[in-house]
Amino acid sequence: MIELVETKTHKNNIYFHTIVSKKFKTVNVVVKCKAMLNRETITKRALLPFILQQGTENYPSEKALMMKLDDLYGAVLSIDGAKKGNNHIISFRLEFANEKFINNETTVMDEALELLREIIFSPRTEGETFPDKIVDREKLTLKNKIGSIYDDKIAYANMRLIDEMCKDELFELHTNGYVEDLDKIDGAEMYNYYKSLLQEDRMDVYVLGDFDEAKMSDKLFEIFNRKSTIDPQEANEENHKVIKKSNEIIETQPIQQAKLHIGYRTNTKYKDDDYFALQVFNGLFGGFPSSKLFINVREKNSLAYYASSRIESHIGLLLVFSGIEAENYEKARNIIEEQMKEMKQGKYLETEIEEVKELIISELKETLDHPQGIIELLYQQVVGQKELSPNDFIENIKQVSKNEIVQVAEKIELDTIYLLTKEGGVVSE
Amino acid sequence: MNKLTYDAIQETIYEKKLANGLQVFLLPKHEVAKTYGIFMTNYGSTDRTFTPIQKEERITVPDGVAHFLEHKLFEKEDRDVFADFLKQGASPNAYTSFTRTAYLFSATKMIEKNVETLLNFVQDPYFSDESVEKEKGIIGQEIKMYNDQPDWQSFMGTIKNMFKNHPVNIDIAGTVSSISSITKEDLYTCYNTFYHPANMVLFVTGNFNPDTMMAVIEENQGQKKFPTLDGIDRDIPNEPEHVAVKENVIHLPVSIPKVTIGIKESNHHLTKDEFLKQETIQGMLIDYFFSPSGPFFEKLYEAHLIDDSFEYSTTVEEDFSFSLISSNTEKPEVFANQVKKMLLNTNGLSLDENILSVMKKKRIGQLLRLMNSLESIANQYVNYYFSGIDFFHLTTYIQELSLEEINEFLKEWIDEDRLTICKIQSK
Repeated sequence: MIELVETKTHKNNIYFHTIVSKKFKTVNVVVKCKAMLNRETITKRALLPFILQQGTENYPSEKALMMKLDDLYGAVLSIDGAKKGNNHIISFRLEFANEKFINNETTVMDEALELLREIIFSPRTEGETFPDKIVDREKLTLKNKIGSIYDDKIAYANMRLIDEMCKDELFELHTNGYVEDLDKIDGAEMYNYYKSLLQEDRMDVYVLGDFDEAKMSDKLFEIFNRKSTIDPQEANEENHKVIKKSNEIIETQPIQQAKLHIGYRTNTKYKDDDYFALQVFNGLFGGFPSSKLFINVREKNSLAYYASSRIESHIGLLLVFSGIEAENYEKARNIIEEQMKEMKQGKYLETEIEEVKELIISELKETLDHPQGIIELLYQQVVGQKELSPNDFIENIKQVSKNEIVQVAEKIELDTIYLLTKEGGVVSE
Repeated sequence: MNKLTYDAIQETIYEKKLANGLQVFLLPKHEVAKTYGIFMTNYGSTDRTFTPIQKEERITVPDGVAHFLEHKLFEKEDRDVFADFLKQGASPNAYTSFTRTAYLFSATKMIEKNVETLLNFVQDPYFSDESVEKEKGIIGQEIKMYNDQPDWQSFMGTIKNMFKNHPVNIDIAGTVSSISSITKEDLYTCYNTFYHPANMVLFVTGNFNPDTMMAVIEENQGQKKFPTLDGIDRDIPNEPEHVAVKENVIHLPVSIPKVTIGIKESNHHLTKDEFLKQETIQGMLIDYFFSPSGPFFEKLYEAHLIDDSFEYSTTVEEDFSFSLISSNTEKPEVFANQVKKMLLNTNGLSLDENILSVMKKKRIGQLLRLMNSLESIANQYVNYYFSGIDFFHLTTYIQELSLEEINEFLKEWIDEDRLTICKIQSK
């Protein structure tokens, strides 16, 4: 049994989660703001984290804010936006040394919590607007960030695969927003959006570390409070995409190694009963170094250094990644497709199934040794709209049968094959 | 078995040097689910010219052998060790750096068995012509993957600019061409010389009983025979103080140019005390000047010369050390010149007690954060061990640093001849 006690309270229009753990020498606080993906707001949501890091009422510049963090024993602040299923989530993370482990320190915790409140609720403003100078500067930073995905060829190929695969779906939206939307954004508009976000987003606060739970909760209720008039909208399910014929997209760049990324629809989501069978499926197919993809693409045929797969739990996608020699495209593709066929035919041993289950369970347990891992795992339940404790997850994984894996495999459909290859490396069929 | 207690951070380590020379450290932690083990040799990509064990003459092996060897140790005559670990619920991994090669696993069950598997697979090499050939395709793809990564190219490009003779200027994995000439004999030669227990360290941390664990390890090692090893003769080329190349440009398909400024920090062999001092002060100084709370960051940011890709790092090894400052930038020339100017001006600055106190706090907070993770504790501890330093003493060392020491270091820190610039841009 895993001992992980999450105390949940809904108060002040905020969902509070406290987790007491003696494992760590620091305290981790994460505040999450969640809203549905929307082309109208995505660029503003991508820009907001950059603006909020530029200072608060009392620490009115990035430098002043960072000096305060340094003074709190090098507390680490990060604010980022991410896409989870059809949601966009802004996470404010603050990690600071637990005063228990520092001689003669008693105020780090209080000061750090207060600082985080200020970063979220009392940013630096000029009346009812963010300073335009800061907004313009941060627009440039975001613009560079949007552009730089092109520099990381694995991330780029992944983005292009989702572009093609999820055309006209919410999930197609880019986490970092769009350069063409930046021109229209100014300080006043950003401030308006920020105000509505504070009211309308679902807000969750997680605190993890070695502290007294009751005292911590009281402190949190005192510090974090907001007025919210609107019930947060939950991302609703989109219609099931019907795949008539799978897509093949080939693009070129002056690169040395081709990236072969393949997207499938699993038709199975976090909420579904066969989600656990899908987890085991992925472990057998491409999740581990013992999986079919690694063994066949890499070990047996020396075609790649990496060949793996992962599942997206909220939309229901299975994504395969590998880096290959351009001229080996067809060979690699055939081997990957052959592995999928074997998965559907149930070509794996009971012992392999049991090994994979153990690996999944042990991976979960290891996640629980990392503070951010614990918080992300707990938040998964909020996004997936289903209560699922780590112990329940483990029990469900253990019970998956071979028959269930075959059934979940049969639901998987090939959607899009994306190849980024070197110029002159396109092989005609 | 000796017991080392560290009161300030509330940790206890058990250590023993075994009869065959292997140094073992055990750090039990009962509140975690997992155990992490790392078995490391003091051997990396820069150890390319040396005298093989029980031989008289120095040889030079093909570039990329240490990394190639790391890959091939997992493969045995009849099986792949990855699978053994996975069957025992463990996930194994390995890495090769300029100066070290490490094999590791994490597991939540069968801990003692997994420690034995770790020792046994590393101490039982099997290399064949066929499997060496097969690996060339896989490593070839690994090299090409790195060749397409602007961040890695910028890192290696800057190091190549800095170092004229030291083999740190060679890619860790070698090149597609250099690995093509690697033979199983090369692998055995390097293995026999550098994988001797006296050149290795084992660190296990997690949920286990230290007495039982030490007994298991000792018995395992007692069953194996090794020749005696009286130190290893490694060639350390003479490295000039100044950089080899002041500036270069690498063409890659990128959306925005990337510029790295390299500071060649030292070119001679550091003693243990020099190492400790250089690493601590160098790290604290670059962090002080270039972090968002420092005097330089805001100027660069306000002038639109950097974005959120801006980063800096410092590396200290016994025979080479350097610091890197890099960013994506629309104005490569201006950014590079501005950073150079800032660095050159530091000679005239001196820090005060307030600044020092914040620098120390920040560094201590960083160390405590590292200690949250079993992996980073173990990795750091063994890495420092080979340089004669106790990782858990670092917090105390930092607290004791004096303002005089830092200001004295600062005066000599930067010299124009030790600076280089590497640019990555599209054609």
